[in-house]
Order: sequence, then C-alpha cells, then structure tokens
Amino acid sequence: MSDWLSDLIFWIVFAAILFALRRQRIFWTAGALALLLLFNQFFTPGFFHLQVLDGHLYGSRIDVLNQGAKVMLLSLGMVLVIATGGVDLSVGAVMAIAAAVSSRLLVTQHLPPGVAIAVALGVSVLAGAWNGLLVAGLGIQPIVATLVLMVAGRGIAQLITEGQIINFLDPTMVYLGNGHLFGLPFTLTLVVVMLLLTHFLVRRTALGLFIESVGDNDEASRYSGINAKQVKFLVYTFSGLCAGLAGLVACSNIKSADANNIGLYLELDAILAVVVGGTSLQGGRFYLVGAVIGGLFIQTLTTTFYAKNVSSDIAPVPKALVIIAVCLLQSEIFRTKLARVLRPLEKFLKPVGSWLPRHHPTIAPHDSPKS
Amino acid sequence: MPTPLLEIAGLSKSFPGVKALDTVDLAVQAGEIHALMGENGAGKSTLIKVLTGVFPRDAGETRLSGQEIAPKSPREAEALGISTVYQEVNLIPHLSVAENICIGRQPTWAGTIRWGAITKRARAALARLDLSLDVNRQLSSYSIAIQQMVAIARALDVSAKLLILDEPTSSLDKTEVDELFKKLRILRQDGLGIIFITHFLDQVYEISDSITVLRNGCRVGCFATKELPRINLVSHMIGKNLGQVEALEQTRASAATIRSETPMLEARGLGKKGSIHPLDLDIRPGEVVGLAGLLGSGRTETARLLFGVDNPDQGTIRINNQPVRLRSPRIAIRYRIALTPEDRKVAGVIPNLTVRENIVLALQASRGSWRRLSVAEQEKLADRFINSLGIKTPSREQIVRNLSGGNQQKVLLARWLATEPKLFILDEPTRGIDVGAKAEIEKLIQSLRQDGLAVLFISSELEEVVRQSQRVVVLRDRRKVDELTEAAISEQAIMESIASHSSERAEA
Repeated sequence: MSDWLSDLIFWIVFAAILFALRRQRIFWTAGALALLLLFNQFFTPGFFHLQVLDGHLYGSRIDVLNQGAKVMLLSLGMVLVIATGGVDLSVGAVMAIAAAVSSRLLVTQHLPPGVAIAVALGVSVLAGAWNGLLVAGLGIQPIVATLVLMVAGRGIAQLITEGQIINFLDPTMVYLGNGHLFGLPFTLTLVVVMLLLTHFLVRRTALGLFIESVGDNDEASRYSGINAKQVKFLVYTFSGLCAGLAGLVACSNIKSADANNIGLYLELDAILAVVVGGTSLQGGRFYLVGAVIGGLFIQTLTTTFYAKNVSSDIAPVPKALVIIAVCLLQSEIFRTKLARVLRPLEKFLKPVGSWLPRHHPTIAPHDSPKS
Repeated sequence: MPTPLLEIAGLSKSFPGVKALDTVDLAVQAGEIHALMGENGAGKSTLIKVLTGVFPRDAGETRLSGQEIAPKSPREAEALGISTVYQEVNLIPHLSVAENICIGRQPTWAGTIRWGAITKRARAALARLDLSLDVNRQLSSYSIAIQQMVAIARALDVSAKLLILDEPTSSLDKTEVDELFKKLRILRQDGLGIIFITHFLDQVYEISDSITVLRNGCRVGCFATKELPRINLVSHMIGKNLGQVEALEQTRASAATIRSETPMLEARGLGKKGSIHPLDLDIRPGEVVGLAGLLGSGRTETARLLFGVDNPDQGTIRINNQPVRLRSPRIAIRYRIALTPEDRKVAGVIPNLTVRENIVLALQASRGSWRRLSVAEQEKLADRFINSLGIKTPSREQIVRNLSGGNQQKVLLARWLATEPKLFILDEPTRGIDVGAKAEIEKLIQSLRQDGLAVLFISSELEEVVRQSQRVVVLRDRRKVDELTEAAISEQAIMESIASHSSERAEA
C-alpha cells in the first residue's frame, strides 16, 4: 500500500472521529492532536511513513503509541485522582519501585516473571494505598501527602536495587514493553485493556458518579451518604496500580531497572495529559478518554521535537507554549473572546464555522445557540 | 417627576434556551429604596448582573443621572457609582475589617501599602453608616450581620450613587435586620438610590418606597409601596388571581391524621458538649414537629446530631423502639432518615453535576457503587420528580448550578424523596425561596405527613412553623426550653416562650 493512500485513509478516519466528537468536551483535545499530526504530515518528512517488518508495523506514529503508553497508563489513574480534587505526585517514584521490585525478584531471586510482575504490582497497589491512607484517612492535603512518596519512593527503589542498575533478558519481561501483538506494540493492547477496565470500573458502576460528586462538593456528598473517604482511598490505590504497570513497561523498554531515572518527571506529564484531556484540576467532571488522548498528544509533541532535532534541554519551552494553547482552547471564556476578535473574519470563516462545535456544556441539548 | 437616578429601558437578555429578561424597564429615584420583587427565576439576579456588567446585554439602554452607561464589568460599574452587595458576604474572613474595605483599591505610595491611610479610610467608610468597629480586628470575629454592614461600607467607599442589595437579610435575625434598616434609612437621607431585593414581604413593606415586580423575565409593573396591598403584590409575583392566593395563605395544617403513638424516633438526653445541651425529642409518623428558636439557638445542631453529621457525647436515640447509634449520615440514611441542610451550597447541591445526577445521588449512594441505577432508571426517576415537584429546568441534563435557589431546593427534596425516607429533617427548606415555591414546598410537607412520614421542620419564620407543625419544640441558648402542642401553638406563644426563658437567663 502506498504511503499517500494509507495517509488518506488515516485522515478520513480521524476526521470521522472528530466529527463524531464534535459536541463532546474532548473534541478540543482530539482536535489539538489532529493539528499536531497535520503539522507533522507537512513539515516532518517520514513522520507518516509506515513499514512492515516481520509482520509488525513500524513508524513514528507507532512509536508514539508505544512510547506514550506509560503516560497514558498513568493518566488513567491520575484522572480519577484529579477528579476527586486531589493530585498524585508519587506516580513517577512508584514506577521506579515497581521496576526495582520486579527486576530484583527476577534477577537476584530467580523467581518466575509472572510472580515478579504480580509482586511488583502488589507493591504498587500498597504504595497507592499508602497515599490513600494519608489523604482519606488522615486528611492530609493530597499534594503534601503524595510528595512524601514522590521524594521517598526513589530512595526505596534504590534500597531494593541496592544502588545498582539491574539488567535483565527474561523474554516475558522484555515482551511487556517491546513485544508485538496483532502487528502492533503489545503496550497498545495493554493501554486499551486498562482503558476498558477503568471505564467499566467507573462508568458501569456508580463509582464515577461518586468520584465526580466528591470532587465537586465533598461536604454535600457526605450528607448524601457517599463514603467520601472510601472513594478517595480507592482512586489513590488505583493510581498506584496504574503507576506500577507503567513502571513495568518503562523498565521493560530499556531492559533494566534504573531507580534514578525510571519515570522521572512523568507525574507532570500525566497531570498535563489529564488537564489537556479536559478535566479540571479543581475536581468534579472527568474525561477518561480525554486523558488518554491527552497522553497521546503529549507523546506526539515529544516525538515531534525529537524528529525536528529540538534539543531535549530546550524542548520543554515550546511544549509549555503548546500546552497553554490547548488549555486556552478548552476554556469557554477564551473561545468567546477569540470569537469576538475574529468577528471581522467571520465572512470567510463561516463555511468552516458551520460545522465547528458550539457546544454549551452547561445548557440543555434542545436549545439553539443564539445568533 | 425629576430625572430618575437610574433609568433602564427595554433591557433584554437571553441565555440559550431561556429569555431571562424581556424588554424590562426600571426607574429608581435618588433618595429612594426601591424593592425588586419576583419569584426565583423571574430575572431579578439577571437584571442586576446585566446592570453591573457581569453579563453583556442583548438590547436596551441604561442611564445613570441622565448619562447613558454600559459597564462591561462590576469594576467599571463601581467606578460609575453602582455598587452591589451580594447575598453571600463576598469578603475575606481572615483579613481585617480595614483590609476588607480597601482591598482592590488600597492606597499605595511608591508601590507600598499605606496602612495608616487604609485605617483612616475604613473608619470613614464605617462612620458613614454610624458604625464604630475595631477596623484592625479580623472580619470573621464579627457576626454575619456586622460583616454584612462591612460589605455595605465597602460598597459605599467608592463614591456610590446607587446601592444594590441582593438578599441582604436572608441570614440576619430580627434585631439585626432592624439595625440594617436603620443604616439604610441614613443612606436614603443622604440621597442614595437603593435597589433592595428580598423574599421577605414584611421587610419590603417596612422599608421600601416603591416596588417593581418581575415575572418570567418581564416587568409586571412598578408600584408605590403604600398603594399596593400585600395580597396584590403576591398575586402579581406568582401570576395567579387573588382568590387562589388567599387560599394558599389560609392553608393551615390540619390536625394530625394518622399519627401512630409509637415514635419513629425517640431521643433521650441527647446532647453534645459545646453544641447542644441534652434534650428529649419524639417524632411520630404522620407528624410535623417544628423546631423554633432564634439563630444560633441550637436548631441546626440538633438536626446534625439526628442525622449523624455530629456524634453526640451523651444520650440515646431509638428508632422504632430499637436503640441505634447514628455515627454518620450513611448510617442515618440506612435508618431511612433524610436531611436537607440549612446551607444548600455547602452541604446540599453538587453544583456541576446535572439535575438527574443530583436527584439519584442519595439513592445510588445507599445502593452502593455496584448496584448502579441504569441511565433509563435514572432518567425515569429524574423526570418523575421534575414533574411532581414542578422543578423548572430546561432539561434533566442541565447542571444544577444554573438553577434558581428554589429549584435547587426542590432538586434536594427530590434527592431525598427518591430514597423514600421515614423521617425527613428539613432545615430552613424555604430560606431564600420565593412565595410560589414556598407554598409548594409547604404543601409537599403536608402531603408527606399525610403519607405517614415523620417530619422535623426547622425555620426562622415563626408563622411558617406555626402553620406547619402539630408540635413545636422551642430552643433557646442551645437548650430545649419548651414544647407546645396542637392548639397551644401560636406565634405569640412561641415568642413568649423564647422571651420568658431568656429573661430568666438574662444575668448569664
């Protein structure tokens, strides 16, 4: 299949998805991703090139999916924590702990990979539960409570690895971050499964409603009979599990556990992914799929900078600018102001504007926007 | 007639789906207190917000002292001489009185704050209201009433010509209201124009010179207060004819019908240190028990103990003759107790969730997260209560924050009715609510009682307590001082009960 044809199919599918999302909050996140990809389509030669080797797909977009898996996994836990009005700063450190535990058990204890993985995830869940205990049980402010583990976590990971970088070659562990399934990176399957699982957990049960309720008005939720403490405890614990998975993927990627560097600053990417995904840091309404697309967006941005040879020392600056722009785009107030500035251009924009969403999230669906 | 201080002509404002204001006119003279009346959702708040530049207008014009104005922000409106004091005191509790008065326009010298000037200015602003406070004390150390006056002083600090008071009295008690009115009369003397929004008819007749009535975003008319009988005012506001209004006013709870003698809830010596002295309280099925008393007399504290929000340190509660310990609202709910709190905003509505989600919340919480109500069930439930309680909302998916106070209250009632409670504690269910909604809620309470619910009804308005209750428990200084039943219940009796017991304790 020639490149231009596969590109065309890609864009038709993407446009169809955007159209389907036009009345959703996450339209702006997906739209931002589309713009970024469009930029790469024209200005980054080879970004859209796809190649099949040994029945596996390779290319920059596949790299984005594979490399972005960590942030996407983290954002699944993070979005729930943020929805309750909290934040989890410890996820990067928990990743390092999970990596340290699994590789230590695998390499020095010679335990089977299944056990190593299970124990690492168990420890991550415990780490999350610790955060939950501090926040829900003791009522410590989330940013402080999780800062404890953020700082101490890497020390714990160092203790576990005894200050060494542990390398491993176990095929199961290596497969986690480098293997392929259905011609695509296995990590993609992992993300999709976790997304579905999380969706089931919060939207098929009433947990999502409780999370949003607690995040929006803690006191009133308590008066309504919601066990706010339990809800908070659960989301931090879940965030720990997500961080553990991300940590396993991260160490599998480089086939070693480096307690100093695994997951470093990734908590910030995860928070950004959630915010770019349309969830407010004040808590309340959350957007699961938005957070995942947000994670994808941030990874695409990073990969774009690599491709454009932007030095990784400077990259945070343009990254910050793009993220500010996306956040502004989501703000109703900003869009109204922007529309006012653009009014003189309305004549030319009208054909475009007619399909652009003008959703009013606060207003009933049956009403018609004025003017 | 002289040129009015403020003249609004043909003002219109729509929100998607709602025409909030439809060519509204309003004229306020200098030295006049002008009451703006209307049910919740009639457009009073929108009118004020358009006038002060919070919302842009769609059509119409505004003139202040004959000059055409169009403020784009409250700040700009303030600079023009239009100052607003909102229902909730919009001050910062942890700052001093002086800081609160001057914040945002603090006098500076070379970038540093001139504290001396701030103190002086704050004193001057308070002096205008004939008020002397220690301006360096933290604001929160003063009562709500004083805070309210500080808010007014702040509003007057800029050279205000027009003062807008949005529900200034809803959290004040009678003497505090009198005090506030005294100040307002001083300001009227000074030639200020005052727009006064309230739900209390008594206060309107006590203080205002003229009344403009709004209904469904339209102006019904402007009247001189003296020439408008109260009953006509009500009929203008709710758009029903006089006969219907009179019928509403005359509903007085009939004698208890199916009262069972075993109490639904029986509290003995229930108390908590620093909150409420031990008291006995019985509530029977089919009975409305009123809790009367001044602000701070322990009414809300009693409700909190019965709902498990606070835990008592002495006494017992029996429900259906079984001893129980209500350690949290969750446990109280399990015993089919419901409570609508005094403060809707803090402990009631979940502002950014939809009407549907707010209505199903308590029922869903009692089912736990696994037994989720399907969307279809949720919608059915929401629609049922939107219809039966007459909740005015464009759709069940509207977020609750956008509803008026009365409709938010109905959403809360719906949330609890959905759990089919056996005991319903209503703490100030009609505060800040218009006459129409008030009558509906009162009617609802009576029908619940007839269905055999036990109701504990808390209200600052004595006439409401008298109208609703078969038994009234009177509180004073955080202790139960009296209990009146059936025929003995009257406003006079309750007031005497409060007063006599207070004089006994006068030396304390």
